Amino acid sequence: MTPAQRRWVFGLAVAGLAAFYLWGLSGLPGFGDYPGPYGFAVLHLAVQQTNATGIVSAINFEYRGFDTVGEEFILFAAAAGTAVVLRRLRGERERSPVDQAADHEGPPTSGAVRMLALLFTGPVIVMGWWLATHAQTNPSGGFQGGVILATAFVLVYLAGEFLVFKRFSPVALTDAVEAAGAGGFAAVGVAAVPMGVAFLTNYLPLGQTPGAVSSSGTIALISFFVGLEVGAAFILIIGELLEQTLLIRQGDR
Amino acid sequence: MTLAVHTPYTVPIGFMDALQVTLLVLVAAGATAVVLIRRHVQQVLVLSIYGVLLAVLFFAFQAPDVTLSELTVGAVALPVILLLTLAKIRKREE
Amino acid sequence: MEYFPFVVVAWILAVGLYGVVTSRHLVHQIICLIVVQSSTYVLLLGVGYVTGAVAPYYFDVPNHTPAVDPVVQALALTDVVVEAAVTALLLSFAIQAHKRFGTLDPQELASLKG
Repeated sequence: MTPAQRRWVFGLAVAGLAAFYLWGLSGLPGFGDYPGPYGFAVLHLAVQQTNATGIVSAINFEYRGFDTVGEEFILFAAAAGTAVVLRRLRGERERSPVDQAADHEGPPTSGAVRMLALLFTGPVIVMGWWLATHAQTNPSGGFQGGVILATAFVLVYLAGEFLVFKRFSPVALTDAVEAAGAGGFAAVGVAAVPMGVAFLTNYLPLGQTPGAVSSSGTIALISFFVGLEVGAAFILIIGELLEQTLLIRQGDR
Repeated sequence: MTLAVHTPYTVPIGFMDALQVTLLVLVAAGATAVVLIRRHVQQVLVLSIYGVLLAVLFFAFQAPDVTLSELTVGAVALPVILLLTLAKIRKREE
Repeated sequence: MEYFPFVVVAWILAVGLYGVVTSRHLVHQIICLIVVQSSTYVLLLGVGYVTGAVAPYYFDVPNHTPAVDPVVQALALTDVVVEAAVTALLLSFAIQAHKRFGTLDPQELASLKG
């Protein structure tokens, strides 16, 4: 099928799809007239039931915590899959990072980039940590905090070179941190079962004031574990890609 | 649901409408631009700008959490991963 | 304004699908897939919006102020991060395909026989 024919067939198909899609979407209540009872019920009850003022994180880690466990394991599987797919294949060799650092073939990193990356690494780590542990008060949470933590390590790579990045995040340690994050989340949920309540029930003391850091029970704990796991997963993915780009070469020796 | 909100942060409803319509048009244009550009590195940069536009749209939809996620992932993490992939592919081609 | 966000969602979906179908490079196809995913985030947030309401965070506004729907925001939030990791997995497949077959053209890859 020639490209022009392919475009025509696609044009017909997408016109039909768009017609049905818009017909279906026009059956929704208009933009801004959200009628649904579930959202309003959660908004009314969330603050007094969980002492958390960040309703979105309360939904993520308590009301719909089971869905979040599933999503986190998708992330875990994707990171593990990337590590497996990007392994050294038969017929390739892996240069040692020390040999590779000696013969720099690209242009050297400019001084401005190195200085800015060095300046921002510390504050970015602090911000990622703050976001991952303050899920119940502000617009924050484990997922955003984890990605920002991973970004701080990319800044380390930009400021230095690949060796420095590897020294700060060795694969064994990152693997262990990611497993601790995923397992910690599951463990917090499973620990509720011997107490006679359902999986992932909020069993820690809820604290006095809504919105304080020590309030809202297991939400802060789960958010911390999710932050660990997401950060470690992204560092793993970027580390694997960097290794592929810089170290793995074709040919046996 | 009442339309008027008595908080210290109220803006007129018409202003919010205009802002959201503008951002939606910009997002639609950004998506078209991302698809139509064929050179790889330029497409990754336009994808990064598209991520920032999406983040501002989510902010206008009163969703600061999703804004944070989209900013960090769509404007930083995903372009880094894409650029590393492109570097690997280009290295193999030379 | 009643249905304009949904029209934009349908447009982004159609444009992304056009990119996927007429693409000549696997990485370009994956980026168009990212665009298709982003249309679902806009749809989710557009469904839950309440006119004149604030964000669902009650640490500086009084309790029980009308707020937008928080459930769809929770869905979109985890969605964004998880889809990035899945995209990274797709890109790693693209790298290995390039090593194995030497080309990243989807129309040539479809006709290879292992």
